This record gives sequence, C-alpha cells and structure tokens, in this order.
Amino acid sequence: MAENRKKWGIIAEFDNPAKLLEAAQAFKARGYRDFETWSPFPIHGMDDAMGLTGSKVPWITLCGGLTGLTIGLLLQWWSGSQEYPLIIGGKPLFTWQFAVPVTFELSILLSAFGTVFGMFALNKLPTPYHPLDNYPAFRRVTDDAFFLSVEVTDPIFDMEKVKALFAELGGKDITVVED
Amino acid sequence: MSDSDKIYQEDSIFPPPLVGGKHDFHSVTEAVCGIVESKLSLKWLIVIAFSSSVLLALFVAIGWLIWEGTGVWGINNPVGWGWAIVNFVFWVGIGHAGTLISAILFLFRQKWRTAINRFAEAMTIFAVMCALIFPGIHVGRIWAAYWMFPIPNQMGMWPNFRSPLLWDVFAVSTYFTVSLLFWYVGLIPDLATLRDRAKNKFAFWAYGMLALGWRGANRHWQNYERAYLLLAGLATPLVLSVHTIVSFDFAVSVIPGWHTTIFPPYFVAGAIFSGFAMVLTLAIPCRKWFHLEDFITVRHIENMNKIILVTGTMVGYAYAMEFFIAWYSASPYETYTFINRAFGPYDWAYWTMVSCNVITPQFFWSKKLRTNLTVTFILSIFVNIGMWFERFVITMSLHRDYIPSSWDYYRPTMWDALTFLGSFGLFFTLFTLFLKFLPAVAISEVKGVMPEADPHWEGYHHDDHHAEAHHG
Repeated sequence: MAENRKKWGIIAEFDNPAKLLEAAQAFKARGYRDFETWSPFPIHGMDDAMGLTGSKVPWITLCGGLTGLTIGLLLQWWSGSQEYPLIIGGKPLFTWQFAVPVTFELSILLSAFGTVFGMFALNKLPTPYHPLDNYPAFRRVTDDAFFLSVEVTDPIFDMEKVKALFAELGGKDITVVED
Repeated sequence: MSDSDKIYQEDSIFPPPLVGGKHDFHSVTEAVCGIVESKLSLKWLIVIAFSSSVLLALFVAIGWLIWEGTGVWGINNPVGWGWAIVNFVFWVGIGHAGTLISAILFLFRQKWRTAINRFAEAMTIFAVMCALIFPGIHVGRIWAAYWMFPIPNQMGMWPNFRSPLLWDVFAVSTYFTVSLLFWYVGLIPDLATLRDRAKNKFAFWAYGMLALGWRGANRHWQNYERAYLLLAGLATPLVLSVHTIVSFDFAVSVIPGWHTTIFPPYFVAGAIFSGFAMVLTLAIPCRKWFHLEDFITVRHIENMNKIILVTGTMVGYAYAMEFFIAWYSASPYETYTFINRAFGPYDWAYWTMVSCNVITPQFFWSKKLRTNLTVTFILSIFVNIGMWFERFVITMSLHRDYIPSSWDYYRPTMWDALTFLGSFGLFFTLFTLFLKFLPAVAISEVKGVMPEADPHWEGYHHDDHHAEAHHG
C-alpha cells in the first residue's frame, strides 16, 4: 500500500518563533508559493514574512451586517404595517426610530455569523483529516513546536533543494510527508 | 502566598510580568491541560454534587410555577415584576464583565486580560443562561413564550416591535449567541491542544470534533486573528446596547423613578461593576484550587479592583444624581418615589444597596487592600449583594405609584427564593463542568503574550540586536 501513497510535501521543525520567521522569509525570498508555517500561537510579523495578502474575513462580516440591517428593517416594516397593522398609541404604523434597537441587534448578530462562519469557510474548517496527521511529531504544534512545510504542488518544488534549504536554516527532523 | 504573589508586592517601576513564575510554552500547556487531564478529584465531585442538587431545586421551582401559575410567586397588583425581573437584570449584568474583559480590553490591547478572559467569558454565557430563564418563565403561560419571536403562525400574529420588552428579547438572545460564538472561537486552538494530547479515544474524538481540525497554520491564524478582532469590535457596542436596552424596559415606561434618561449609562456601569465582582468571587478560589497563581496573578486582581473602584464610584454618582433630578424635576411623584426609596417601607433594601455599592469599592483606594486576596474576596461578595439589591430597589418603585389606594407591599414567597437559589445551582453546575472539561485559561493567548513569543525577543538575538531590544 505504502508505495501507492502520494507524497504531500516536506516539513521541518524550527527551534523558536524567531527561527521560524527567518525561515519563512528565506522561503519567500526564493520564490516558494505553497509553503506554510505552523505554530501554537500567531507569530507577529509572520504574514509579511510569508508575503500573505490581507484576510478576506472583514468583507464577509460586512455582508452579514448589511443583511442583518436589511432583514431588521424589512421585518419590522412589513410585519407591523403590511401584514399585521397594529395601531399603538395612535402612532404611525412604521417609523425608523422605534426600529433602531432590533435592527441594530440583527445587524450585530448577522455580522458575527458572517465573521465566524466566514472564517471557518476561508480556513476550510472543519478539516477532519490532513496529511500532516501522518507525521506523529506534528502533534506538538499545538504545544510548543514550530514547523515549516512545503507542498509538492509548489511550481519550483525540488525535494533535495528544499531539504538543503531546511538544513541551512536550522530546520530539524526534516521529514517527507505522504498523503 | 505563592512566589509570584510575593514578587508582585516588591516595588518596581516596571510592570510585573504577565505570567508569573518560570514558564516556557510547554509548561503553560501542562499547567492548563493538567487540570482537564487529571482524574476527577473528590473535591470536584463534592462541588458538582452540591451544585447540581441546587440545580434540581430550580427544576422543582420552575415545574411548580408552570403547573400552578405565577400566583406561586409574591407578585401582586402594583408589583407585577417581582424577583423574576430583579434576578434577570442581576444575571445579565454579571455577564457583562466577561464581555468587557474579552472584547473591550482586547480592543484596548490590555494584554493582562488573556489570563482571565476564558474564565470570564464562560461566566458570561452561564450568567446569560440564568438570566434568560426568568423572563421566559415570567410570561406565565410558558407554552405561549414563542409569541415573543417573529415566527409566522396560524394566528397571523406578529410581535409589537415598539415594545422595549421585545427589544430585550432581541438584545439578550443576540448577546447570548455572539458571546457563545466569541467564546467558541477563542477555544478552538486550545481544544486542538487537548485533542493532540488526548490519551484515550473518547477524548480524542470529543475534542477533535470541537477543534474542527485546527492545526495552527499561519494562513489560518491570519483569518482567525482578524475574525477575533472583528468579534471584539462587534461585541463591544453589543454589550453596551444590551444593558441599555435592559434599562429601556424601565426607562421607556411612565413609572416615577424609572422614566429617566440616566438609566442606560447607569445600568451599564452597574453591570460592569457587578460583573467584575463576580469574576473576582470566582477567580480567587479557583486560582488557588487549580494552582493558577502564575497566570491569574495579583496584578490581575488589582486591575479588576481598580475597575470596580471606578464603576462603583460611577454607580454612587448615579444614585446621587437620581436624587438631585428627582428634586430638580419638581414632579411630586418623582420626588416622592425617591424619598420613599430611602425612607419608606423598603428603606432597609435601599441602605443595603448604598452601603454595599457606594462604600465597599472605596476601600480599593488603598493598594494594600486591593492586593489583599481575602479582603478582595469578601468585598466582591458585598458588591454582588449590593447590586442585586440595586435591581430590587429599582423594581420596588412599583409598590407605590400614582394612586395611594393601589399601594401594596411586595413579599417574595418561598418559590421566589427557591427559583433564585436554583439559578445559582445552574450557574455553578455549568461553571464546575467548564473548569474540569475545558481549558480554564486561554493557552494559546497566554503563550502569545510571553516575551519568548515575540520573534524579536532579545533572548533570540544575543549578539546583534541589543540596542533594538531596548526600544521595543
């Protein structure tokens, strides 16, 4: 069975956040694209070191918020003045002032849904299986270990070159990971 | 007193470290996960047995209420809102400190919050659950409770969106949902830690499912951190709006003593005041019990005491201002309500409130007292009591309204008391379960504020970056 398994990529462990940051900068400088750093907490400056563009989460949040705003206003206008007109204290059936609290709450609620589920979608969560699960030492990534991996899908991927670069940057336990 | 507590007491111009003792990343994981992974202790079993028995009392009290009707409570004609609304506002208020710690302090980059935010957010969620029970069961005909929501129904009926009580339904349910999401998002990396350390299949599957396959990729952290920041930004106006809307329940009515514009800010300050007191009431015993002194340090306790001092003083100011406006309004009803609060049949409640809420926090001007854990714990209980009485005093404005012939005196029954007591059972049962089965301290966040987490930490650059490190 083992020979049928596809290679996923190669991974190395680094001593600390500083070494990992340095390594990420080196991989970016050499033009690698499909590499990823793995750490127990977000590392300051890593996004720039890897050359990542900004997160798209805020746009999803905005869409959620605008949806909430629209639903809030429409719901109160339609139910109170169209579907079930209810005269309260002789006031007009709909004014925006009384609709503010519910509209506000619904905007916040749907923004929060957009933020959380948008983040899940962008991160492709839930991901029950990942090739790195086949590399037992990787479990320490949620404790105190720092890793950098390069996938075979990278256009300039070359096993020996990556291994050499890992060794040069102080990468330890350099391992080829299979899918 | 632990070593890190002692270090704190020594005078230094530098702020003490956020994590006390000698810790590296791995020992932080061990310290927090150790609580979850250890065998059930006898102490824990006794606590859960006790709190779940009290929870049983809540089920009995609610069951009897639904069977018999709201007549089992002490509510009467002028006082239609008895302990149920008092308890509702009390519990919602307690929840607010959790959101303040998790969201507002996050936006202000107060890194000390990382040790207590998990804890405080859990408190928020459980407190809001307790709060939601009271208006839910106070409707009397509980099978009609769904009328509060805009659900299409066979009667073709829709809620009245002009009612502050309906705004409250939206505010509190949104608050609960957003708090839960915020808490869960914060938990994901730590659930992954528990999954990766799991010794048995069940723990691996349970934490693995909840962790959603989090593996700490930087591309994930990027979206995660942005989402967390946005949630903090959303939760901040939300928490202010929630207690504002809770205060509208009172302020939008035409009852003397309620119909005031000071209510929203006064309620929000009171909520934060009571919430921080509850955080302290819970944190002081827990840090000792679970040996978390290195994470929840005296610095954290002192900072919370400072917030209690500020918000307590604001609350005291609001009490004084209410009296001033009552006099200045020249409305005889308004003036009478306040004189009646302080010197009428409920004067005992009024002066309990004033002593607990206005006098108690003033002790925290003294550094000696606000860094003393025993004093802090005792004073926090007084604040909890005082803030419950504040809501009681406000609600009891109902007992003497415009027409003296309708005046009455409200007395709670045994069922009121049992329901309130039972809500503590629910709160402590959930909290005890949380302490045992989920990481009580945000592991990944605490690691993130340790000096070693910064790639530019001087320890990593002994030779070349000395000058730079001093600027940092």
